Amino acid sequence: MSLSAVKINSSTITERLIKVAKNTLNKVTDMMLLPIVGITIFLFVWSITAQSIHTSLGEFPGPNAVVKQFSSLYDEHVIEREKAEAFYNRQEKRNAAKLAKNPDYVTKIRAYTGKETFLEQIITSLMTVTAGFIFAVIIAVPLGIWMGLSKRINSAFNPIVQIFKPVSPLAWLPLVTMVVSALYVSDDPMVSKSFITSMITVSLCSLWPMVINTSIGVSTINNDLLNVSKVLRLPTLRHIQKIVLPASIPMIFTGMRLSFGVAWMVLIAAEMLAQNPGLGKFVWDEFQNGSSSSLARIMAAVIVIGFIGFLLDRVMLQIQQKVSWDKSS
Amino acid sequence: MNCKKSIICALRTVSLCVVVAISVSTFANSEELGEPEKEELKFGFIKLTDMAPIAIAYENGYFEDEGLYVTIEAQANWKVLLNGVIDGTIDGAHMLAGQPIAATMGYGTKANIITPFSMDLNGNAITVSNDVWQKMKPSIPKMNDGRTVHPIKADSLKPVVEQLKEQGKPFKMGMVFPVSTHNYELRYWLAAGGIHPGFYAPHKGDTSGQIDADVLLSVTPPPQMPSTMEAGTIHGYCVGEPWNQQAVFKNIGVPVVTDYEIWKDNPEKVFGITAQFAEKYPNTTIRLTRALIRAAKWLDDNNNANRPAAVKILSQSNYVGADYDVIANSMTGTFEYEKGDKRAVPDFNVFFRYNATYPYYSDAIWYLTQMRRWGQISDDKSDQWYKDLAAKVYRPDIYTKAAQSLIADGTISASEFPDFSIETGFKAPQQHFIDDIVYDGNQPNAYLEKFKIGLKNGEKL
Repeated sequence: MSLSAVKINSSTITERLIKVAKNTLNKVTDMMLLPIVGITIFLFVWSITAQSIHTSLGEFPGPNAVVKQFSSLYDEHVIEREKAEAFYNRQEKRNAAKLAKNPDYVTKIRAYTGKETFLEQIITSLMTVTAGFIFAVIIAVPLGIWMGLSKRINSAFNPIVQIFKPVSPLAWLPLVTMVVSALYVSDDPMVSKSFITSMITVSLCSLWPMVINTSIGVSTINNDLLNVSKVLRLPTLRHIQKIVLPASIPMIFTGMRLSFGVAWMVLIAAEMLAQNPGLGKFVWDEFQNGSSSSLARIMAAVIVIGFIGFLLDRVMLQIQQKVSWDKSS
Repeated sequence: MNCKKSIICALRTVSLCVVVAISVSTFANSEELGEPEKEELKFGFIKLTDMAPIAIAYENGYFEDEGLYVTIEAQANWKVLLNGVIDGTIDGAHMLAGQPIAATMGYGTKANIITPFSMDLNGNAITVSNDVWQKMKPSIPKMNDGRTVHPIKADSLKPVVEQLKEQGKPFKMGMVFPVSTHNYELRYWLAAGGIHPGFYAPHKGDTSGQIDADVLLSVTPPPQMPSTMEAGTIHGYCVGEPWNQQAVFKNIGVPVVTDYEIWKDNPEKVFGITAQFAEKYPNTTIRLTRALIRAAKWLDDNNNANRPAAVKILSQSNYVGADYDVIANSMTGTFEYEKGDKRAVPDFNVFFRYNATYPYYSDAIWYLTQMRRWGQISDDKSDQWYKDLAAKVYRPDIYTKAAQSLIADGTISASEFPDFSIETGFKAPQQHFIDDIVYDGNQPNAYLEKFKIGLKNGEKL
């Protein structure tokens, strides 16, 4: 009896072990091996096809050429940092000399006037997209809640939202540029016009998914919850704070995630045209340069743009899951 | 007077002397150039090799020597650049010579733009696609070694244009801006070969410049010229370097004539700022002119000895960004026409020699005559009108102040500049045009009468 029981036990244990091993193996293949295989195939196809595409700027860059550009972009960054260092040293000396000559002279340290490096352009792009996105959130979430609360307002605004939603950033940009240069006038501007222009363009395009999702989230709140609020006779603001917001947060964040994706895509186009010194301008400048390494540098930028877009989406997904009370969605 | 008093007297005289001496020295100091009123500046440029003086003034620290902290930024096209200068997003820019003139006149956006510094002479060429070149080539005279005789005139292009016309297809060419040097040079070359490039009629709202045209000219930004021609949208173009040499490198076209051959030592780009800027920041204006003069001189020093170093700077991605070899071709004194046909053109880019940096009134007036010739100026104007407008835009007075201060502090010797005591701002009548017509800046209306194709006195479309 006991022996057979042990036998059964041991066999179930081995079975379980095998199952676990199989599962982990499957997971490992799914998580690691398959992507690696996919990427390898992609790199292979890329380098083969690249060799057979001849443009007037030479061969289409293969993976090798792009990797080489990554290292040369980094080298350029290091060199530019050194130049910046020298620039500040010279400036300090000049300021000291001026101060010696004229004690009333108010010294001022000026930012380095050289070119932005690739790394700095990435940072500019991230800052622009974040600023544009936050600006969009500030407008979209209240608007969406308002639309969600009242059917009438929803039907009043919905057509406008639907019309503006599919508009390309390229169509907005000339309008935004002219409006910004007319209204944003100051002698010592905090941020450049090109930054404001790209930021507003990003906001205009990333607004709509958030508005729609927020209003849907708000309008589909469970009736029981609304009844609770009614029974308690909560004033409007308390009602929004205690019932509406908590209940619709998952939808709001789904909208935000969609919007952030749109914002990142729009940003590159906006920067190209507004000449905001980010990744979009990098791509545009390289296209204009038309040197033998331009295509490889653009390809390097494409990979960076994709990679950052992916990371941003992951971050948004994490936040979305954190704030969502319904973990299954 | 007793002894005591005389000592006091002596002391008084001495102190008086000291006071006088001090006041004299402060007077001399006030003659010296003051500190710049605006130290942080932003300059715009278009990706062309003739922006070199700005890049060199930055890289060699000439701007910093003047206490100026300059940021240099490439602009998308000439229109964006001009608007930037007008609305103040950029303080100054590398401009087409025609831009400040047209802006001040009110053709296009109206704004009083001035130029204290002429950036270069020559530097442009006309390129046609391989297909057009193959059709042109049989009618061009050859030398003993089989290479074509230069300069190539538009006469050899005429049959190609006519052939296309018979098939009902338009012959299209690109230039960079309606008031660009390239537009006038291309028109000059075409008209000298009997091909009508078309009139403008702004008073009728027609600014396409294609009235009566045999060849349709249209605007394309310089860096996009080669790709636009490769796509077949245009059959040829007139543009600055490196975009002609790039057509050779990419095997998509052949430069047929340089502007040096159309008009020897023609004025090309200028440095443009608004009149308000010059008024508000006089010291800054003189100082930036000083830096640019030094840069231009460095570019031409010792028979172009610094050009390879300059090309290396220009090939950086934030300046022109094309390959070193492409830029070097024209900047170092050679020019490649047909692939392999490299010829010496030592004056293809002139930055300082022949008083290239001095803003001559007669240069401004030549542009005005061409604007009138092609109808951009709809009505007759008096000779005096031409001179007044030129004096409003071209500012040799600022240039002279900058140059004299450079002479005074010993940076550049006086012999490198025109003799400012007798300089009138008008060059002696110039002869070296491809059609041998002589230009005298003092008589613009008489000059216009000499052209076969073009508007003359009393003509209005």
